[in-house]
Amino acid sequence: MTRSKWARGVALVGAGMSKFGSFSEKTSRDLFVEAYLDMQIGIEKELAPDRIEAFYLGNFSSDQFEKQAHLAPIFASWIGLSPISSLRIEDACASGGVALRQAALAIASGEYDVILVGGVEKMTDLNIAQVTEALATAADTQFEIPAGFTFPGFYAAMATAYMHKYQAPREAFYHVSIKNHENGALNDKAQFDKTILEILESKKIRAEQKGRPVPSWKTEIDFLSDPKGNPFIAWPMALFDCSPVSDGGAVALLVAEDIAKEFTESPLYLIGSGQASDGALPDRESLAYIPAAQIAGQQAYEMAGLAPKDIDFAEVHDCFTIAEIMASEDLGFFPRGEGWKAAMAGKTSRNGEMPINTSGGLKAKGHPVGASGIGQINEVWKQLHGKAGQRQLTGNPHIGLTHNVGGSGQTCVVNIFERRD
Amino acid sequence: MWVDLVKLVLSISLSEGTNKMDYEMVSKEFYHALKNQQLIGGKCQDCGHYCIPQRQICPKCHSLNMNVIAYSGKGILTAYTVVFVPPVEMAQAGYDAKNPYCSGVVELVEGPRISAQILDVDLMHPENIKIGTPVTMTTIERGDEDHRSAFLAFKPN
Repeated sequence: MTRSKWARGVALVGAGMSKFGSFSEKTSRDLFVEAYLDMQIGIEKELAPDRIEAFYLGNFSSDQFEKQAHLAPIFASWIGLSPISSLRIEDACASGGVALRQAALAIASGEYDVILVGGVEKMTDLNIAQVTEALATAADTQFEIPAGFTFPGFYAAMATAYMHKYQAPREAFYHVSIKNHENGALNDKAQFDKTILEILESKKIRAEQKGRPVPSWKTEIDFLSDPKGNPFIAWPMALFDCSPVSDGGAVALLVAEDIAKEFTESPLYLIGSGQASDGALPDRESLAYIPAAQIAGQQAYEMAGLAPKDIDFAEVHDCFTIAEIMASEDLGFFPRGEGWKAAMAGKTSRNGEMPINTSGGLKAKGHPVGASGIGQINEVWKQLHGKAGQRQLTGNPHIGLTHNVGGSGQTCVVNIFERRD
Repeated sequence: MWVDLVKLVLSISLSEGTNKMDYEMVSKEFYHALKNQQLIGGKCQDCGHYCIPQRQICPKCHSLNMNVIAYSGKGILTAYTVVFVPPVEMAQAGYDAKNPYCSGVVELVEGPRISAQILDVDLMHPENIKIGTPVTMTTIERGDEDHRSAFLAFKPN
């Protein structure tokens, strides 16, 4: 039984994304255009651009990354959409997911019938210290950053709270990384095209070629447990626990439900949506989970009239491996304290009982922060249409969930999509 | 000697229940107090809720009847990390992968938690740092010579 208060339904009729990665020759607008063209290729019926009535763009901080603010009207003009209403939405790494939800609300209100939603971030023009500093502005710069916290540090601190509370070993995190790299290796849009096993083998070959001692790693666990292969960034989070610095763009086309079939024979319906906020890390009810994620999830389930067991697969915000484990509990897929065991047991792999991050997640697909939320929706589009190639889930999935977090959990937005046959 | 006197005067003027403080309700006063080795925060005079740093509106009952009070500076470590890849400011303070530092979240005896650098812990063996360790506030100075500032830190009792 759905309990939607929306005045009318909203459908997703197209999605596209650029390749995620590091592209020194491209600016954010090039990545956005790449995503927009990718969506046009995938859309079954011709998209007349003059049907687009508004443009909502999720972007965290082009001001810092590219010294360019006010992206939305610039992009709209660039692809010939002026003078439609164009706006940029910022909620840190949740900017994309929030932009999609806001666009959906604008359609549900009756104001617009067709909205182009984008997400973009161009991060690699800055060096790693500058990127760290730019990302830190998503935290409380008066009272958290002066304590020495970085974003890996926030999630690392949550990891210590989680490990302490549930006796979870670091090895649980390795399994998230291994799985997401395996999935990412099957995604041609992903930043990383190698499994962790392939990465460790290539490191051994390189050591041999250069006449250096060849590391003795035999398994992924050997490699990930060795600080020489997997150095600590913020203990207990090491390099392969962290999503990369990325460039990328993604788009989605949202329309009023009653006109969806004018765009595609097979729309996805946005049946549940929720969003919540919270204070800085110390102000949370708990440090071993993300309360805003739990609340946003509950809102989305309630609107959809669904329970966690009804979800066929989920794309969750695995900016760090601990984040995926907490998300798997915050969203109710596993009881509290069981998420790490589920990850170790393979329950979140493609053939597990609750597949998570079939795209490779932020870990392997890449994390161009403002684009990540719309990147997740691209995977839902592909999986629910049976177009995910080698990583396609079996069992004809028809309900997919996205979970997009901003900062260390100050913002969380959850959206649930359904394919109706 | 003079510094001790200042501390004494402050600790008296900031004692619980005092209405007019030496510190105002603006957020930057938190750091002015730290310079004097004083950890200040808010306490709601209506619902008794503690919040740190101090703020004008009680986040629990929305009352404006908030006081700035001195906190004891005692608490326990509830979460932590040892940072091997520091942000720019910490790198300038001399930290790097060979010289990491610990940041943590401390639950104060008054109730609320706060983020701070954690000193005097086993940085080479982060797994030996224990959640639940009782800690006491101190400060650590960082910044270049012209702009040195005191930042909140804790160390095990």
